[in-house]
Amino acid sequence: MGKTLFDKVWDAHVVDTIPNGPQILYIDKHLIHEVTSPQAFNELEERNIPVFRPEQIVATADHNTPTLNQHLPIKDELSRKQLEQLSDNCKKNNITLYELGHKYNGIVHVMAPELGITQPGMTIVCGDSHTSTHGAFGTIAFGIGTSQVAQVFASQCLLLTKPKSLRVTVNGELTNGVLPKDVILYIISKIGTNSGTGYFCEYAGDVFENMSMEGRMTVCNMSIEMGARGGMIAPDDTTFEYIKGRKFAPKGEVFDQKVAYWKTLPTDDDAVFDKEYHFDAADIEPMLTYGTNPGMGIKVSGFIPETDDASFEKALDYMNFKKGETLIGKPINYVFIGSCTNSRIEDFRIAADYIKGKQKAANVTAWLVPGSKQVEAQIIEEGLKTIFDDAGFELRQPGCSACLAMNDDKIPQGEYCVSTSNRNFEGRQGQGARTILASPLMAAATAVEGKIIDITKQLQHQVSHEYTAV
Amino acid sequence: MEKFKTLTSTAIPLDIENVDTDQIIPARFLKATNREGFGENAFRDWRFQKDGTVNVEFVLNQPQYEGPILVAGDNFGCGSSREHAAWALTDYGFKVIVSSFFADIFKGNALNNGLLPVQVTPEFLKKLMTAIKANPPTKITVDLVAQTIGIDGSDHTESFVIDAYKKSCMINGYDDIDYLLSKKDSIEHFEKTLI
Repeated sequence: MGKTLFDKVWDAHVVDTIPNGPQILYIDKHLIHEVTSPQAFNELEERNIPVFRPEQIVATADHNTPTLNQHLPIKDELSRKQLEQLSDNCKKNNITLYELGHKYNGIVHVMAPELGITQPGMTIVCGDSHTSTHGAFGTIAFGIGTSQVAQVFASQCLLLTKPKSLRVTVNGELTNGVLPKDVILYIISKIGTNSGTGYFCEYAGDVFENMSMEGRMTVCNMSIEMGARGGMIAPDDTTFEYIKGRKFAPKGEVFDQKVAYWKTLPTDDDAVFDKEYHFDAADIEPMLTYGTNPGMGIKVSGFIPETDDASFEKALDYMNFKKGETLIGKPINYVFIGSCTNSRIEDFRIAADYIKGKQKAANVTAWLVPGSKQVEAQIIEEGLKTIFDDAGFELRQPGCSACLAMNDDKIPQGEYCVSTSNRNFEGRQGQGARTILASPLMAAATAVEGKIIDITKQLQHQVSHEYTAV
Repeated sequence: MEKFKTLTSTAIPLDIENVDTDQIIPARFLKATNREGFGENAFRDWRFQKDGTVNVEFVLNQPQYEGPILVAGDNFGCGSSREHAAWALTDYGFKVIVSSFFADIFKGNALNNGLLPVQVTPEFLKKLMTAIKANPPTKITVDLVAQTIGIDGSDHTESFVIDAYKKSCMINGYDDIDYLLSKKDSIEHFEKTLI
């Protein structure tokens, strides 16, 4: 029987198997940030264990960082201390750190791929559930807890039971205005937030084959929102082209050898998955969430389901929405374009293309937060910043920002935010804040209109504009 | 890590599905650099009203319910990988979480902190919820050695599954680092074979 992409990468990293128990999996790259690493460093120090392979670790500061005035000392004392501790720990243990202000600083899942650190066939872990992002390269990448961060520090390995395999296939052509974010929100709305638990997911079919690396990252990023530890897409020419020439990418002959190996990774035709789902691209429309988990999503033209269930009603109560109603026309005061899901250059190009020549609605506070210093520089270089400035938008500095209400960027109590981030949990963007997840195009349109609109209707009148998942 | 074999105690019914780790410990409390003290802010935004007063409606604030066993709705611990959620629960005093389904990362984090996740069938979860709500002093027995969970004074009992390796870690108070360090030679040997 043939092997899946996941099998091939997993099997190549098994050091040993405990009889009737887990396997020892070797980790190629370990990414760390300020929030989930300090306790792991402390543990090693207390137990007098050295960091085993510091050269395979890369650190960045992202969760706690302000997105304004990054050149000034951080005001919040606890945040400042956590960042200082990251710097100290990295220095002490010879770990490369792209700290605040560094030209490579950024959200861990934006920074590593754009530097060519993320490569097909690797195993990558990070104390962050959205590590699944890196699966876009045909990488086994997943989030881990802090105890596991300490284990990787100590041994460059983890003890794991091999997950089951799941494949989601989407064939056909996406319609205008449907972006990778809509594709993944659609999938999660169909299969639910826990159908991927215990599985590693592979995304297959025309839709993903035709997607850019940025789009693939958006999709894989949200694998955890359906419970899957990770999501992968087979590496192909799009992948190799993206990696080629990046800072830490293999060069010259080594690159060619790697490509030859990477080409052997895609799932064999006769491989069998434990579970499969199939969807038709034509059925997907721009999506919005209406509840308090990412599975509670509807098409922009749709209506909130009429489900009788206590948890469902609790969610609607929190959102102050009613069963059976549409979200179109809802006034929105906050818009956030950013996070490890949608803060790459392509996302800002889409937003700028829509915004160009328009004005932000007066009632809207809109935060545009690039995923990294490199994305920020590119936004300026491509002239997108001028478009945003002219339209009354604020381009902030890189970081996780309003995705998780840990830094200064919080949505006020009771306010709705149309957000390109990944989680609409209660209080995720600030205490009492109400999150509506959407694509960068839907977010940009909301910011311009000051309310939710049916973007598909607007696009029908603007045939010259093509917004597709390229 | 603390050892765990059996536990008999009253339990707290948290009858909510999809409890994510942002609810267990909101991100604004993740700025500490040690593992202690997170219990104070466990379920912070459910335990307290927006004005800081105690939310008497929330089950953890209802005096009839107490004990180190939390019985929770389906898909407990979904969302963020923050191990702070497991630390918050143990620091608050929980030793066992019962649910019909756990998110992967949370389950691993719990086991790495001596917090036992017990996965039961949806039917048994319903029985537990009903029994505890009808009579809060109801005692539940969790026996890790026998891998069973039962409602005392009734014949309602169910067995649960746990990885044999993780079970022995919990019973003996070992953690994965000890094991991995003992395998250093194999790891170094493996590194030489990498492409």
